[in-house]
Amino acid sequence: MSEKKGLNLTLKVWRQKGPKEAGRFETYSVSNISPDSSFLEMMDVLNEQLIVEGKDPVAFDHDCREGICGMCSLYINGHAHGPDEDVTTCQLHMRKFKDGETVTIEPWRSAGFPVIKDLIVDRSAFDKIMAAGGFISVNTGGVPDGNAIPIPKKDADEAMDAASCIGCGACVATCKNGSAMLFVAAKVSQLALLPQGRVEAARRAKSMVAKMDELGFGNCTNTGACEVECPKGISIANIARLNREFLLAKLQD
Amino acid sequence: MATLNSKIPQGPLAQKWQYYKDHQKLVNPANKRKLDIIVVGSGLAGGAAAATFGELGFNVKCFAYQDSPRRAHSIAAQGGINAAKNYPNDGDSVFRLFYDTIKGGDYRAREANVYRLAEVSNNIIDQCVAQGVPFAREYGGLLDNRSFGGAQVSRTFYAKGQTGQQLLLGAYSALSRQIGKGTVKMYNRTEMMDIVVIDGKCRGIVTRDLVTGEVEAHFAHAVVLATGGYGNVFFLSTNAMGSNGSAAWKAYKRGAYFANPCYVQIHPTCIPVHGEFQSKLTLMSESLRNDGRVWTPKLKEDAEAIRAGKLKPEDIPDENRDFYLERRYPAFGNLVPRDVASRAAKERCDAGYGVESGEAVYLDFKYAIERLGRDTVEARYGNLFQMYEKITDQDPYKTPMMIYPAIHYTMGGIWVDYELQTTIPGLFAAGEANFSDHGANRLGASALMQGLADGYFVLPYTVQNYLADELHTPRMNPKEGEFDKTVKEVKAHIEKLMNVKGKKSVDSFHKRLGKIMWDYVGMARNKEGLEKAITEIQALRKEFWSDVRIPGSPNELNVELEKANRVADFLELGELMARDALHREESCGGHFREEHQTPEGEAARVDDKFAYVGAWEFTGVDSEPILHKEELIFEECKLVQRNYK
Repeated sequence: MSEKKGLNLTLKVWRQKGPKEAGRFETYSVSNISPDSSFLEMMDVLNEQLIVEGKDPVAFDHDCREGICGMCSLYINGHAHGPDEDVTTCQLHMRKFKDGETVTIEPWRSAGFPVIKDLIVDRSAFDKIMAAGGFISVNTGGVPDGNAIPIPKKDADEAMDAASCIGCGACVATCKNGSAMLFVAAKVSQLALLPQGRVEAARRAKSMVAKMDELGFGNCTNTGACEVECPKGISIANIARLNREFLLAKLQD
Repeated sequence: MATLNSKIPQGPLAQKWQYYKDHQKLVNPANKRKLDIIVVGSGLAGGAAAATFGELGFNVKCFAYQDSPRRAHSIAAQGGINAAKNYPNDGDSVFRLFYDTIKGGDYRAREANVYRLAEVSNNIIDQCVAQGVPFAREYGGLLDNRSFGGAQVSRTFYAKGQTGQQLLLGAYSALSRQIGKGTVKMYNRTEMMDIVVIDGKCRGIVTRDLVTGEVEAHFAHAVVLATGGYGNVFFLSTNAMGSNGSAAWKAYKRGAYFANPCYVQIHPTCIPVHGEFQSKLTLMSESLRNDGRVWTPKLKEDAEAIRAGKLKPEDIPDENRDFYLERRYPAFGNLVPRDVASRAAKERCDAGYGVESGEAVYLDFKYAIERLGRDTVEARYGNLFQMYEKITDQDPYKTPMMIYPAIHYTMGGIWVDYELQTTIPGLFAAGEANFSDHGANRLGASALMQGLADGYFVLPYTVQNYLADELHTPRMNPKEGEFDKTVKEVKAHIEKLMNVKGKKSVDSFHKRLGKIMWDYVGMARNKEGLEKAITEIQALRKEFWSDVRIPGSPNELNVELEKANRVADFLELGELMARDALHREESCGGHFREEHQTPEGEAARVDDKFAYVGAWEFTGVDSEPILHKEELIFEECKLVQRNYK
């Protein structure tokens, strides 16, 4: 956090006016970027520059800027969320880049996530998958005491790990098949691991997978790329659990 | 214009909520389908309310500016959620949670609301467990608790350092279920631009589709604003970049009173500012104060040497470390409430003992690692440590964290009565958007509690009570009359913004506003500074309306236009905050007037003059608002100076 030399960078940024229009890369340069800035702060500098020049700023999704809301995306130098590990783009810091470097910035590219504008994509398919079964069917009120059913710590911890998914879509963007299996598996696993969610585990797995297929996401061929790029380190062991639940559901049919 | 009737139910404090529920009006299931409710916001309060209204059978429309309800900023809450379960058998009770909250809020909250909050806190935990929220558990399989500031019991439930995320995803799951069933229609990437008031009642809202730019009106029999706080008026805060005060502000300009706008919470443990391009501040959870010890060097020369890079914190021996919270507040130590901890940090830095830039203190885990071992510390705080390292490039297992206070939460908000109804009938406000439960200072882990209490367990009753009388109000055509008129006004406002065609970016104005607010309406305030702030904000507002530049068109996805609309409101809201702070000639909770402090530098309240809620009525952008007072009557809690020593 001390005084460090600023970075001068060339940026190749994907610009696209709308979903139906053709996109292209535009080249910009930014100078004297603090290595302690976040990547999105660097983008802020670029946009400030563009606005003052009377140009249209680059549209990108972001909100909490602390790695938890899942709103930010960006494919940076060929990696979802950029070159650092276990971070979202908003937590990626400029110290990971070298002075003089050319940085290529693209939107998530996947059939399931059409581009809306520039670097913003439409991830509403994830909401649709959730609405198909990503819940435990309980209404507000009339539930038992929180301690009525003891849950082994190991199961609670494992459920928590699966529940860490932020729904950013890096797994889909990075998968050569555009599969949403890691996203679906994380939710199915979390709820199947808990006694409260066990009750409708099979039904949940079946309906979420059916919705995922319907929305045009690809199949999983176990390349493991999703796990590598996941900013929250969601394990592909969850996919194995999803497959098990799905098979059970099919057997019960 | 409405007068302030808080509508507190009769009877002893502990029976008021039950009395209310026993006597309120209900709507039968067949009729619920005929009634429409709009919920603006999809965070803990909004998401929980929308889901529950849907379950009950009402017709619900829910709006969020993000691309999914799961992005709401509730997701960023780290540490935990309070409840009076008393599972640890350490002496907790509903009364004690109520009392701690009133005291923590420096006796500026309404007793009846706070008691209800404490009462329903236990239901929240049960509800979340039933939804599959993976709370931390003990080896025996039961729920684990930890401690937060301002309490001497362990009543905070948590899910790693991601409690807000897990609670929000629980509410989002419940909401998704209703969306799937068709009882809730979700409008993502849609921003509320105004409310529609007809014959004194709120009848709907006007929205802008953030992708297409389309402006349209929506009718409802009741509208709930659950749109969060206005901390981003300071530009730098722990809020999300998009968090804004606009929904509340538009409601204020249509006649809803705005209460206690000067009550802002400054969180003591945030990562210090790194430079001029800083876009937001990152919080380090209050839970860290369970095990971390806060200190600065005892000797000024050590602090100077550290700032000059000649010494490292590890070089300072224990006897030369000033654990100033433990020294000043032995009873609560590092777990004093946030306002107290923030001011103590400022006091040390102002006195010349700050480290790094001079505006930072240490939060040290060396002692916890010695006592508990690295593995335990990692299990408790691993994700927070990782976040700290990613941002600062320093390893908190080896060197102490550096922290400094930052704007975090706004206790002020839209004035609501016991039913969470604003001064406009049919318009309700919940969660951080209302002013209700935290007085002048919110205790840690109580925001999640309040959001979910309002959404799951309060609004479903009180909105129903209102709607029972609306059965005979037919659905209105949102393309006609007052709806159409409001749409035209919104479009004119957008045109006006676009037509300024100046030279400066929206952010440049926002940053300048933030600096005025931080300097004069921040952690310490005085008469002279506040008067200066009012003049400077007025001048800045004028400059904004003559020199802001918004590229592009209003009929497309236009991020600068979104920001401009919000900053235009902040430029008015900031002035009201300064006015409120100026009028409140006392110190209480997060509101610290330098003229009013004890000889030890603690906040000094002036109860005989200011034991009231200050609710402001809008009279015009450039004219002075009217102050209405709701006297606070304390029947159960005796007004005393807070003592954490």
